[in-house]
Amino acid sequence: MALMNFEAKYRVRGGTLVGGDLFDFWVGPFYVGFFGVTTLFFSALGTLLIIYGASLGPTWNIWRINIAPPDLEYGLGLAPLAQGGLWQVITICATGAFISWALRQVEITRKLGMGYHIPVAFGVAIFAYISLVIIRPILLGAWGHGFPYGIMSHLDWVSNTGYQYLHFHYNPAHMLAVTFFFTTTLALSLHGALVLSAANPPKGSEMKTAEHENTFFRDTIGWSIGTLGIHRLGLFLALSAGFWSAVCILISGPFWTRGWPEWWGWWLNLPIWS
Amino acid sequence: MAEYQNLFTRVQVRGPAYAGTPTEDDGGFHRTGKPFFVHVAGILGDAQVGPIHLGFLGVASLICGFIAFEIIGLNMWASVNWDIVQFVRLLPWLALEPPAPSNGLHIPKLAEGGWWLLAGFFLTASILLWWGKVYRRAAQLGMGSHTAWAFAAAIWLYLVLGFIRPVLMGSWGEAVPFGIFPHLDWTAAFSLRYGNLFYNPFHMLSIVFLYGSALLFAMHSATVLAMSRYGGERELEQIADRGTAFERGALFWRWTMGFCASAESIHRWAWWFAVLCPLTGGIGILLTGTVVDNWYLWGVKHGLSAPYPAVWGPVIDPALAVGGVR
Repeated sequence: MALMNFEAKYRVRGGTLVGGDLFDFWVGPFYVGFFGVTTLFFSALGTLLIIYGASLGPTWNIWRINIAPPDLEYGLGLAPLAQGGLWQVITICATGAFISWALRQVEITRKLGMGYHIPVAFGVAIFAYISLVIIRPILLGAWGHGFPYGIMSHLDWVSNTGYQYLHFHYNPAHMLAVTFFFTTTLALSLHGALVLSAANPPKGSEMKTAEHENTFFRDTIGWSIGTLGIHRLGLFLALSAGFWSAVCILISGPFWTRGWPEWWGWWLNLPIWS
Repeated sequence: MAEYQNLFTRVQVRGPAYAGTPTEDDGGFHRTGKPFFVHVAGILGDAQVGPIHLGFLGVASLICGFIAFEIIGLNMWASVNWDIVQFVRLLPWLALEPPAPSNGLHIPKLAEGGWWLLAGFFLTASILLWWGKVYRRAAQLGMGSHTAWAFAAAIWLYLVLGFIRPVLMGSWGEAVPFGIFPHLDWTAAFSLRYGNLFYNPFHMLSIVFLYGSALLFAMHSATVLAMSRYGGERELEQIADRGTAFERGALFWRWTMGFCASAESIHRWAWWFAVLCPLTGGIGILLTGTVVDNWYLWGVKHGLSAPYPAVWGPVIDPALAVGGVR
């Protein structure tokens, strides 16, 4: 694959974390590196195991394929492959692939002389995944508390797990997570629209500037966060959404076992009301 | 080894406040308020606050919004017999409910959902007036109308929930109540009533774009912050004349996942992901109850999920039995 016209001068050696320059090369557009090799290993093995698991199951319908975690009776032990062992190995593969991917991002970051924001941000998403399939199952004492790998089956899991706590919308961390998700989407639409509206003014007029962007927001709501600030805000909102999502499921079970509507009793029973 | 990662502004430079880019037509209203600086705001972004251009539409929108807010708040307060302590204590549980289903689409008495209809009217008026303000101000500043059309996507979802679907269903009672826990209860009950919204394909799309928006914003904002040492936040300059910042940003993603956006196209991805979230969500709500009565059964019919195994044998509908309950 051809290089982009400015790409050649950036393809320099160095910046690797391990392996020296052993894997310090590109394949097509992709940078390889030691962690590219481990990413490939984990993702290929995991994908093949998912396909193998599907072949053991009753259907090839893409919506219904389901790789379930072990039964609760296995606790935190290993299960036979067809009884959830596949799920356990796939979980190891997924975690390995995600962490490899993040470390590969670190190497690319170093190569390009950039800050570490991207791998750190991806780390929050990895934390959310690990919360669901490793941390919470360990806290609850059985791998069976992880979610199953399948399109409809993971939705059923979310539904069922939510109703175990009667009404998950009352989970305060879930409230925060949803609020951050909605706010992220709002902020993303405002940011995308603002830049596009400055770069694409009505036909016949000149492209606008960051001063116009600031003015549009000051005129509209009295304050403009500015070109640098919007990216700080966006990163904070997006990472908060992921972080509180992880918290909301981690506290469900390990720290609160009743219905979430009941949790709000502390507010109703504060001594200040009487 | 430790290096500055540009999370906050460490040294704030204070120049004179910027009055705003000039406009040819201000719609008869001028910018108001003497600009001032807030140090805390400057740690995150721009420290300057004001001036603001309210305009006729802005003022009208704020008045309508205030009326809606007051109707909702006073109805909630009235529902606890004007007890201020209980008002604060029970606030998350309090509601202004729409009329009962038996009312259909008639204008109800004030105490039986009329206040809800009135609050909805003023809130809608406020939102539409604000849309007009956003659209017009962008035009006055010589900018594109992208913000207004993105806002319109959110208004679409709002109107589907509170107006279009209730009208199609023939009852204001179908709409969402005002209130913190009550609107969450409505959401859960809605999903249960129509056989689990997770089986609704437009709900699936909406969630994909919601999570996708968070993913895109994390990727984009992290990339820009990571190359801010090269001036990456100067996106319009990078669009007009690509520099080393966005070259590095683009190469980061090309080397990571094989392809990349440009300084301009990433904002098109952003705009579409954010806009499609309420757009598809609104379609999903609109179809629920009007076209599809049970999304789980819809899913079974279309092969999304297997039917429940028949464990108990066939159940005879008692209404069909001779002399059965009618």
